[in-house]
This record gives sequence, C-alpha cells and structure tokens, in this order.
Amino acid sequence: MHSDPEAIRKQVRTYMMIGAALFVFTGITVAVNQVHLAVPLAITVALIIATMKGSMVAAVFMHLNHERKWIYGALILTVIGFIILMTVPMFTTMDHIGTPIHAGAPAAEHGAAH
Amino acid sequence: MNIPYTVEERPDTGLANGKLGIWLFLASEVMLFGALFSTYIILRTGAPEWPHGELNVWLGMANTFILIGSSVTMVMAWASLKLNDFGKHRLYLILTFVLAGVFLVNKYFEYANHFAKGELPAHSTFLAIYYTLTGLHGIHILGGMVVMAYFIGPGAKMWKTNPEQFTNRIEYTGLYWHFVDLVWIFLFPVLYLL
Repeated sequence: MHSDPEAIRKQVRTYMMIGAALFVFTGITVAVNQVHLAVPLAITVALIIATMKGSMVAAVFMHLNHERKWIYGALILTVIGFIILMTVPMFTTMDHIGTPIHAGAPAAEHGAAH
Repeated sequence: MNIPYTVEERPDTGLANGKLGIWLFLASEVMLFGALFSTYIILRTGAPEWPHGELNVWLGMANTFILIGSSVTMVMAWASLKLNDFGKHRLYLILTFVLAGVFLVNKYFEYANHFAKGELPAHSTFLAIYYTLTGLHGIHILGGMVVMAYFIGPGAKMWKTNPEQFTNRIEYTGLYWHFVDLVWIFLFPVLYLL
C-alpha cells in the first residue's frame, strides 16, 4: 500500500474515475433493461455488466490489484467454494440424466407386463 | 497487554493481522451470500413462471447510485487519513454514514409499499427470496453503520494516540463496506431487472 502523498493523490483520481464509471455502467444496465431483450440475453448482459462493476470495486476500491499473496490465496479458495455453490443447482436436475423423457409410459407398460 | 501486528506486518504473511482477518471474514460472507444466490437459482429455474416488474426499478437504481457513492466517500475517508487530513476523513465518513442511512430509508419505503399491498414473504417464492436477500443485505448495511458511528464518535480518539492503527481500522471498515456495495451490484439486476 502506498504511503507517499503524491501516490495517494494519484489514487484518489483513479477512485473518482472508477466511481464515475460505476454510475455510467449502472445507467447502461437499466437502459438495456428498458429495451426488453429476450430473457437469456438480458440475463447474460446484466450479469456481464454486474461482473465488470464488481471487478472494478474489488480491484480498485478494495485494492485487490496489488495485494499480498496470502489474500489472493484465501480468495482463490473462496472462488473455488463459490463455483461449487453455483453448480449445486445443477445437481438438483442430475437425477434425470439417463431417464427417458417419457418415463411414465415405459414404466406403465413394464408394470402391465407383470 | 499489546496485541501484536496491528500496525506492523507479520514476517510470515506480510500482512497486519487485522487485514488477513477481515479478508477471511469477507471470504465467509461470500459463501453466505453465495448459498443464497444458489438458492435463488434453484427456486427460479424450478418455478413454472417468474414474476417481472414487481419491484420499483427506479428506487432500486437510486439505491445503487447511493451505495456506489458511499463506496467512493468511504475510500476517500481512508485516503484522507493517508494524506494526514483528519478533518476531511471525518467529513467523508459522516457522508458515508448518511448515504447508508438514506439507503435504508429508501428500503423502508419500498418494504412499506409492499406490506401495504399485502405482499409479504409468504405471498410468493419471488418475494420470499427477495425479502431474504435484501433483508440480509440490509442487516449488513446496519452493521456497517454501527462500526462507522463508532469511528465517527468514541473510536476517533485513536487518531491522536495511534494514527497508523486508526488508519488500518478505517481501511478494514472500508473493505467491508465495499463488499456490501459489491453484493448490491449483483442483487440489483438479479432482483429488480431480470
């Protein structure tokens, strides 16, 4: 972390620019929403913009663009855990894998044969 | 007894203990909100239909602007201490506190409007997850305000006795506050727009 006053003043200008960019991206998110895109496209666009905004906050305001390796290490573990959490919803549908689409009909036939 | 490594960096981690501590706390917070976002995905993909336009987008957008503004004032509060300007630090921290309060007042009006129409959590799956996510986020805002109030009030005395440790404390408060802003950056499109 910088302690040199000139370096801090330079950082302050960056904070202001990032703040302005975050305002602009928020405006863009709402403007895109007013266009009424198809739901999958709207979700993709909104999440891409949100990820860009989140990255700016994390990198600049939270100083992750120049941190120590211990913090990156902790965050890598967190990202792995987060990815696992986000894939949990997929597991809820995995019990359908390999099941015929019209599972009811063959089962009924199978039952009738006995 | 002096707690070690509050200002100076530990030789093994290269970090003051408080900094590693706040990042580990934030990592646990990512998992907390991550679990709820995961729940949202399960509920949404499993629902035969999902409501649109139930929330006031403009109020949500205003709250996004407010929180982004508060993140800027928070980082400025820390930068002012680094520039040895306690007066400006105080002003920026008070501004952050006020913006957080305005966010909660907006949220109060939003909730009150839903309650008046009988839209309680039990009304629909969407409202249940909406109240859960925004309620938990609101509690985090309130927690941040308590910490800020302490540093505006009695906690500010430390600037005179140990300015470096005070600056570190404000940095950690800021890290928490930016995380709360970051969560809202995702909550806004997920709940209000999609």
